[in-house]
Amino acid sequence: MNKTLSTLAILAALNASPALAQDLSVKITNLTNAIYFTPVLVAAHDDSAHLFMEGATASSNLQAMAEGGDISGLSTDIQALAGNVIENPAAGLLAPGDQTSFTMMTNDGNTHLSLTAMMLPTNDGFVGVDSLMLPTQAGTYTYYLNAYDAGTEANNEVINGGGAPGTLGIPVDPGAHSGTGATGLTSTEANTMIHIHRGNQGDSDTTGGSSDLNNSVHRWLNPVAQLIITVN
Amino acid sequence: MKHSIKLSAAALVVASLALQGCNDGDDDMAATPQAFTVEITNLTHHQPFAPTAVILHEAGYHSYQLGSMASDALEQLAESGDNSELLSMAQANEHVNDTASGQGLIAPGNSETIQMQGLGGDHRLSLSAMLVNSNDGFLGIDAAHLGELGVNDSLVLYAQAFDAGTEMNDEDAAHVPGQSGEGYNSERNDRDFIGVHPGVVGMEDGLTSSALDQSHRFDNPVAKIVVRRTQ
Repeated sequence: MNKTLSTLAILAALNASPALAQDLSVKITNLTNAIYFTPVLVAAHDDSAHLFMEGATASSNLQAMAEGGDISGLSTDIQALAGNVIENPAAGLLAPGDQTSFTMMTNDGNTHLSLTAMMLPTNDGFVGVDSLMLPTQAGTYTYYLNAYDAGTEANNEVINGGGAPGTLGIPVDPGAHSGTGATGLTSTEANTMIHIHRGNQGDSDTTGGSSDLNNSVHRWLNPVAQLIITVN
Repeated sequence: MKHSIKLSAAALVVASLALQGCNDGDDDMAATPQAFTVEITNLTHHQPFAPTAVILHEAGYHSYQLGSMASDALEQLAESGDNSELLSMAQANEHVNDTASGQGLIAPGNSETIQMQGLGGDHRLSLSAMLVNSNDGFLGIDAAHLGELGVNDSLVLYAQAFDAGTEMNDEDAAHVPGQSGEGYNSERNDRDFIGVHPGVVGMEDGLTSSALDQSHRFDNPVAKIVVRRTQ
């Protein structure tokens, strides 16, 4: 009984100041056909901090996330700005159709939420949202997220293990639907700002052609993820 | 168009109280059906919609859930365009107040308006229809909340194209109903979960098995839905 009462008291205290610290339940679902998300980074922060911005140049830490799935630099950056972070809630890859759920406590003033995760297999594609304003009223809210291109690497669609920033190529296809021996679709990246990803092209040649990706497996249309936030 | 209005047990109790002369004013509201028109417009270039399954319901019903396996009824709708099993399953669901089927194909650029009504005050709308020039693509709205619509208010929704995940997207004429191919086949040879459709590749873009061409490509949204409460 005492435990229940104290829980209620805490809930009452939280409800008394809904615009300040928040207790969130978050669920992320991968809606793509065959694209895996590398470790997801979710951050609550104030209205001036960003993991990325559309139409801006990627930071080196954003590039490391988008080309190789490394979220450590972005996480350090946002924590230095007093952000709250959840790192890698799926404990590894989030497979197509799969979901991951977690709770998140936000500090006073961390009124916005951002998310990033690399999409595999892509050269420098990532699923993301920049500075979504968190609702303050208790309830469940559903959002749909788009795929972005970091603009830091040509989308050559060659799988060669290249995941380090600046190394051309795709690290791996976790779903093992890819081919080999492609010559590469392109060696240039015309738009070097962060922009909406134009999607994988692929081809139907598993032992050559211009792309190692499969045109009937590895394509997607937006949205690529569903984000459900419950304000408790 | 086929309608079936289900009276919930609670509504029957309210109705019988009203008959006994215990009407305190609130019962009238609960016993008066709300009515809606649902206008569906095909926004694609060359993807006719098979007859739409429209379902008016309360919390607790879903025609499909993203990231989960398709029901057999949804597989039938998505692979062949046949909505009958989905509608009959919905009619048997305690949370469903009304169901209706579109009268036929909705051609690209065309619209169809469907009437729905049901008792209760906290309605949701779900609808789905096959994109016929696909293996198992369908448009969907999942439990859009209508509870705050007043009479003559309307709500605009945009529907995305989903992939039922039950049939491989080979775009082969033999498996695409819009190309006179096979409809429903109970075999599941794709990833077996519902996600966003990856789009049409087409024969000009390197998919050698494809009977589809550039005209069949689409992007989201694929349909505009205008819901208007009329009563």
